[in-house]
Amino acid sequence: MTVHQLSVFLENKSGTLVKVLKLLKEEGVQLIASTIADTAEYGICRIICSEPDRAYSVLKDAGVAVSLCEVFAIELDDVPGRAADAIEIFSKENISIAYLYSFLLNGKGVLIFRTDNAEKAREVIMTSGLKYIAEKDLSKLL
Amino acid sequence: MIWNENKECMSLDERRVLQGRRLHKIVDYVYHNVPFYRTKLQNMDITPDDIRTIDDIVKLPYTTKQDLRDNYPLGLQAAPQSEIIRVHASSGTTGNPTIVGYTRKDIGVWSECMARCLTAYGITREDIISVAYGYGLFTGGLGVHYGVENLGASVVPASTGGTEKHIRLLKDLGITGIACTPSYALHVAESLEKYGVRKEDLKLRVGAFGAEPWTDNMRHEIEERLGIKAYNLYGLSEIMGPCVSYECEEQNGSHINEDHYFPEIIDPETLKPLPYGSVGELVFTTLTKEGMPLLRYRTRDLSSLNNEPCACGRTLLKMGKILGRSDDMIIVRGINVFPSQVESVLLSMPECAPYYRIVVDRVGNVDKMIVEVEVRQEYFQTGFDTLTPITTLEKKIADALKSILSISVKVQVKAPGSLERCEGKTKFVIDNRKLV
Repeated sequence: MTVHQLSVFLENKSGTLVKVLKLLKEEGVQLIASTIADTAEYGICRIICSEPDRAYSVLKDAGVAVSLCEVFAIELDDVPGRAADAIEIFSKENISIAYLYSFLLNGKGVLIFRTDNAEKAREVIMTSGLKYIAEKDLSKLL
Repeated sequence: MIWNENKECMSLDERRVLQGRRLHKIVDYVYHNVPFYRTKLQNMDITPDDIRTIDDIVKLPYTTKQDLRDNYPLGLQAAPQSEIIRVHASSGTTGNPTIVGYTRKDIGVWSECMARCLTAYGITREDIISVAYGYGLFTGGLGVHYGVENLGASVVPASTGGTEKHIRLLKDLGITGIACTPSYALHVAESLEKYGVRKEDLKLRVGAFGAEPWTDNMRHEIEERLGIKAYNLYGLSEIMGPCVSYECEEQNGSHINEDHYFPEIIDPETLKPLPYGSVGELVFTTLTKEGMPLLRYRTRDLSSLNNEPCACGRTLLKMGKILGRSDDMIIVRGINVFPSQVESVLLSMPECAPYYRIVVDRVGNVDKMIVEVEVRQEYFQTGFDTLTPITTLEKKIADALKSILSISVKVQVKAPGSLERCEGKTKFVIDNRKLV
């Protein structure tokens, strides 16, 4: 239901992102999805990758401002409207989405997100029959 | 017009005799009332009788801001507490402000010097003056206030803040003069439109501006936008407060009330006095002060002295614009800020790494101070994955800085290792203000 995500604090300055990506490249870590949220001065780069634990220690040892956290991952059929249906389920339960991004993996849509109430979101996913993805499923999909 | 022609237009010889007599008296006074000075003079083998003319001033020791800090709170006070009728304080580094006590005579001298300034600006008993400097420990508000009362004009103690109310007072009372920081004057000018007031609706005609460095461009802008004449007013609380020097209608240098505050310009490295016209550190000796007299106090302000005759008729020396500081203190919106104050706040927060930078800029004539600080890597490892903890931390740091510095500061959190590390002398302060 949840997968590991790296969150990296980056300054809006050329060279900061490439430094992080190069560190992962040298370790042979493969990116599955990534997104950057930005403000005027800095941003957060969120990364789903193969071997998140190893990637985390590599970045940490290199002095990067990084955290390893759990985010929800659900799988959707790749047809129009599925994301709306899924988010509506949370919305009806008054659960807010803090951030969300999506990608396609082997013909399936994947939604990655954080909510303001993880406990309740977990319950909703269980009871609503949404198809969720576990960490090990991700690497299988690769 | 001249408030005290007798003193402001005195012949140079006469003034030097007066200054020499007053210098002897003040040295004798501190020798017998301030242990700090007695020890210093004794160590240099100087007695008050060695000081006979004003030229003997070069024999005397300097006094520094550090001396004031070391003798906090009242170590340099010469008058007994029963004679002190007012206390002011100026911000210092890390918790130790400079405390200055004034006797009744000091307040009288202050009001006299201030009345000289106001008269030089063309202010008379017919004027209504709004004092929009801060009232309180800061000397600006009450200093100008007493001068206006002494002169006999009407004083409106507006103090700082509440621009809308202030503009309304300016308009409704027909206020003719304003005393405040030059940046606040511009803020008022910029706010007029917002409150539906045109400069033609105001009777303002004159302004006394000081407590922070300003440029001729700012002067022109203030004069243009408020439709007034803008004059410089200089002072520092250690010496007295606003009133130490003032511009006359010539607007090309500020006359120093040198019968009370004797000026010198020295080389801040060699400490040797420099001739008129040279740029160096401004040093003042209080010739008549009773509460806390200071000998050769090093202001850290860089300026120059000009003894050429002035068309206004005053024979008082003129000082040039303040060109900068000879130490690391920065003045932001009229408030003294020491990098060490910022550092002590940052180091007290477990989230912050000991790497920071202070950037000062002037945006639309208002000083902006940004503190950039690196956050420790560990801070990010505890579940950080949205920007909320970052903005919360920035606010927390900004609040802590504000409570120490008394000014609002923008804080920018930086990633670990992102600020430049310097070998040797680290440049913590970047001042981008162009004061030319």
